Amino acid sequence: MAKSNKPIVWGPFAAGGTVTAFVTPALIVLTLLVALGATPELLQYDALLAFMRHGLVEVVAAGVVFVSLWSAAHRLRITCYDLGVRADTLVATVVYAVALAGTAAAIVYLSRL
Amino acid sequence: MAEEMNGKPYVRPITSEWIFRHPRYLRYMTREFSCLFIGGYTLLLIAGLKSLSEGRAAYDAFLEALKSPASIVFQVVALAFAAYHSVTWFALTPKALPLQLGEEFVSDGAISGAHYVVWAVLSLGIWVLAGAF
Repeated sequence: MAKSNKPIVWGPFAAGGTVTAFVTPALIVLTLLVALGATPELLQYDALLAFMRHGLVEVVAAGVVFVSLWSAAHRLRITCYDLGVRADTLVATVVYAVALAGTAAAIVYLSRL
Repeated sequence: MAEEMNGKPYVRPITSEWIFRHPRYLRYMTREFSCLFIGGYTLLLIAGLKSLSEGRAAYDAFLEALKSPASIVFQVVALAFAAYHSVTWFALTPKALPLQLGEEFVSDGAISGAHYVVWAVLSLGIWVLAGAF
């Protein structure tokens, strides 16, 4: 039977689809509140810094960032194919690289808090 | 059978106009395009994390930048796409993960409904935790 890397690509996609379905709208509402001048208490500098310094919060944040970016990247890859872009290897390399780079950046910023 | 072969393989034309042939295809692409907004918003959060790691002045500048008209427009559109992703994802879940209890399969509506309940509880939990109320 041919080896396939599909589960490795698809697993984080499914996880990310689920995580973003559950939490992304609620997070957008929070930053929209900031935009409207009603900054939630936890998003004030001191409160957020203290909150984000918890080890468990850091792990969850890094995980949410990874699966969110990965699922968006995977969907974008499929969408490019649907729209007639047949350079799938190139597209896949670029979108997954961006997802991994974004995750790495997030981990670096978290470690500096 | 092969007498008409002229050596040129058939190349299927590749287009993207199929999207507009049926409303169902347009809804499909709308769902798929949600990835740009969810991915983009995640990058925005990473920018926020960067500013948080750089100190109070940088973070306050990030919060201020969230208030720009362009940022508000992006967030409102992103919220619409993100919610559309949630609705379509919960509609798909019963197809992807059918649940059998004894002889019977749990109905699609029950599985989707349970997801809506979890979505509401989690969203409320996040807002309460953040002190949004």
